Amino acid sequence: MTEKVGVYICHCGSNIAGIIDVEGLAEWAGENLEGVTVSRDYRFMCSSLGQELIEEDIKNEGLTRVVVGACSPHLHEKTFRRVCANAGLNPYLFQMASLREQISWVTTDKDKADEKARALIAGAVRRVQLQEELEPSEVPVNPNTLVVGGGIAGIQASLELADAGHHVYLVEREPSIGGHMAQFDKTFPTLDCAACILTPKMSDVGTHDNITLLSYSEVEEVSGFVGNFDVRIRKKASYIKEEDCTGCGICIEKCPKTVVDDVFEAGLGYRKAVYRPFPQAVPKFPVIDYETCIYFEKGTCKACEKFCPTGAIDFEQQDSYLDLNVGNIILTTGCDVFNADQIPQYGYGRLANVFTSLEFERMCNAAGPTEGKIVLRDGVTEPQSVAIIHCVGSRDKNYNAYCSNVCCMAALKFGHLVMEKTDAKVTSFYIDMRTPHKGYEEFYERLQEEGMKFVRGRAAEVTNAARTPNEDGKLIVQAEDTLLGKQRRIPVDMVILMGALEPQVDARDVALQFGISCSMNGWFTERHPKLDPVATMTDGVFIAGTCQGPKDIPDTVSQGAAAAARVLGMITRGTVLIEPIVATINEDKCSGCRICNNLCPYSAIEFLEDKDVSYINAALCKGCGTCVAACPSQAISGAHFSNEQIFSEIGGLLYDVVGGNGAKAPAPESELVLA
Amino acid sequence: MRYGYYPGCSLGSTARPYGISTKAIVGPLGIELEEVDDWNCCGATEYIALNKTAAYALIGRNLALAASQDNLEQLITPCNACYLNLKKTDYYMGKYPKLAELTNEALAAGGLSYKAGSLTIRHLIDIVVNDVGYDAIAEKVVRPLKGLRLAPYYGCLIARPEMGEERLDDFEHPTYMDKLLATLGADVVDFPLKTQCCGGHMTQINSEAGYILIRNLLHNANENNADAIVTLCPMCQLNLDAYQSHVNRHFKTNYNIPVLYFTQMIGLAFGIEPKELGIGQEFVSAAGMVKKIGTEPEVPEPAKPRRKKDDKSLPMPGKRVEG
Repeated sequence: MTEKVGVYICHCGSNIAGIIDVEGLAEWAGENLEGVTVSRDYRFMCSSLGQELIEEDIKNEGLTRVVVGACSPHLHEKTFRRVCANAGLNPYLFQMASLREQISWVTTDKDKADEKARALIAGAVRRVQLQEELEPSEVPVNPNTLVVGGGIAGIQASLELADAGHHVYLVEREPSIGGHMAQFDKTFPTLDCAACILTPKMSDVGTHDNITLLSYSEVEEVSGFVGNFDVRIRKKASYIKEEDCTGCGICIEKCPKTVVDDVFEAGLGYRKAVYRPFPQAVPKFPVIDYETCIYFEKGTCKACEKFCPTGAIDFEQQDSYLDLNVGNIILTTGCDVFNADQIPQYGYGRLANVFTSLEFERMCNAAGPTEGKIVLRDGVTEPQSVAIIHCVGSRDKNYNAYCSNVCCMAALKFGHLVMEKTDAKVTSFYIDMRTPHKGYEEFYERLQEEGMKFVRGRAAEVTNAARTPNEDGKLIVQAEDTLLGKQRRIPVDMVILMGALEPQVDARDVALQFGISCSMNGWFTERHPKLDPVATMTDGVFIAGTCQGPKDIPDTVSQGAAAAARVLGMITRGTVLIEPIVATINEDKCSGCRICNNLCPYSAIEFLEDKDVSYINAALCKGCGTCVAACPSQAISGAHFSNEQIFSEIGGLLYDVVGGNGAKAPAPESELVLA
Repeated sequence: MRYGYYPGCSLGSTARPYGISTKAIVGPLGIELEEVDDWNCCGATEYIALNKTAAYALIGRNLALAASQDNLEQLITPCNACYLNLKKTDYYMGKYPKLAELTNEALAAGGLSYKAGSLTIRHLIDIVVNDVGYDAIAEKVVRPLKGLRLAPYYGCLIARPEMGEERLDDFEHPTYMDKLLATLGADVVDFPLKTQCCGGHMTQINSEAGYILIRNLLHNANENNADAIVTLCPMCQLNLDAYQSHVNRHFKTNYNIPVLYFTQMIGLAFGIEPKELGIGQEFVSAAGMVKKIGTEPEVPEPAKPRRKKDDKSLPMPGKRVEG
């Protein structure tokens, strides 16, 4: 071989050097590995001085390949590729060996660590010599953006983009935007009215020239890639002609059919078959619910049509479809609330005066079913005592192991509202009180001063089985008070269950549709949990708000704005570079069996009917190699991961057991076993 | 359907009606029971707390005998304490090899041994509701228990703990007996104390504590206007039935609630004579309850309730009334 390889071993302070003999390793590589002309170790390869060292060597020593043994390629591969490019070397002629994550951080055995380090470096040195120059391709970015989900996250993201002068399509499946925030009465810890701060933003969205609001609509199909997504939107038939409707609401008034509103009123209130979820809904147009409308059920009624002053009712309306092209997508699909009847010992659905947190939000809301009055299920009696149970479905291995983040604060807010509006005593049953944000702990202290009682212990049950006369007719919350070390039974009139936040029921389907992944629980997975929280592994698809994990309104808004900023960056640059590490199909070898078509996790492979072969869209391919391994005709090759490169790397890893494998001299005695 | 049968000591003594009624209904249900030869007491609820090795050996002997009998694969018992003990021994012998070794060393003295997992241990009600099934039971009902309000009482031993496999039902709020009694035509009480402890042998150790637990159960069944409490555990039945008069004397109450086994209720609905089900042997007489069966006219299904204009009440989850 004629390549000149430079090997650079990073100490990473003591992260690597504390376990691996870095000087010895660099020396060994220089002496023993074929093709290595320069081999050095350095305290921090990622520092400017470390980078310059490589650049100098490329220029002065004429290096044609570079290997850096340091941290994971996730962190610094880009850095060193740039170093190579700066020195005039194609960045794909660089290879990184992960000495830190794969060795020094995961063992304390120094001898074994040295052995494995030699194997990884030998593998990288062998492989890099077969690597080929690759060039990324550049594609334009359509400046239009699709935002999916019209809660506060989607509203924020849409307004940021629209205000910056770019067009946004905001898709919402309910008849109005607003999301969960629109259901709330007050927001913690400042207790400002949710509607007062939300509705101005909603109306901005509704009137913004740069926002096309697609309410009562769902995304049907997504294809394409970053910069150039094709999206098909289904606008559900609302049986109301929006161009004629003035939003006067006479149809709602005249509709004879009343049904329980399970969505906006959380099952606590009623709506008509033709409805607008709430008075400040955006857009203002009502929709007719096909499932409950008397006309669609019995073929007669049409009261709304008779009374509509503008003739806007159209019972013949069909679903319509809209095809869009957008450059980026922001998913802000939000969350659901835990279904409390899964915990039968809390009695939800059996005991009338057990309420969920969302029901209680609606009860507190002046526009809600009780006009803001806090009453029992009979609709009139004010409670004398209220218990609030935390962690219902959260921090519980039977349901969700995670903490839902917002419930402690929401429980404090409820405590305040109950004491403000009634004379009731409020007792909270908590496991740990979690109030870690600006102004939150102070709010907790305020509630303690206001007289809310706190019992530290998970409630065991809520029962109506009275034991003593003072429990008669009450709901009794039983819990072990872990601060007193005693069982307590507290009789109350009303119980509020602080249900966990859960991913939307169809979150996994949505993730699949947009080519992103979900955590075990079903939350959308971000590209990096700390350093890249709103991007996903799919370029051009961003996530914000509670679809990514439980969070409160300030965090949700921050993420919405952050996602918009990421999209603005893409739009401003105007083009996007596509990684050249992709698979390609040799059409002569392809038998057209289509095995690879459905295996591709990124839907990058399509079938060309005319040629009877499969074709990989380079812009969609992530270079994962699934199709390469699966192809029975070996017609697919992965750039940067060719068979020769992989075999050569394996040969290098096994340098000490396979003779003539790139090592110039016999290796030191070794017990290395590659399992 | 053939099963190994471990009746446990109670069924020959304090819970004789449970044994009689079980024998009476297995035929109609198509269940074939083969009693384990020479079985012994399982040690009830206390022995495991006193001497583990001896207790596991005592229970292990029954498992070993059953496993060696005619290729039995499933062992059933009608008693909650026996069920828990047999299941626990089988499960722990599989989980802890040291325990299996010790137990088998003791069993070897009698020429026996048991390998964990050889038998599936099940409660009688499990095979009734799951193997026979509600539909098959419904077909055999000739005298629906119309007009009876029954409180299903499961007791604490059958509900938990979880032993490495799918649980029979929710720990806290099981509903399989509720469904069974509804299948028999009864009006089932949503009994909030269905899995609470009856006190076990507490009446002997600290009678005050025992009476409080029994009183709680009777009180709530009474509040719910139950005509009878239906159990699936001999211990529960004994406590609630035999100690009802003690509780009444102690707390100056006047409870009069018969406590019967689910097997007796199945028998009644199948048209079997009460006497053949051991009814009449209970302390609190069930005669009045038996007379009540079918006496009340069948209540017609109420018309779909509509919400009145001035009705301010809030909708109840799961029970929707449309206006």
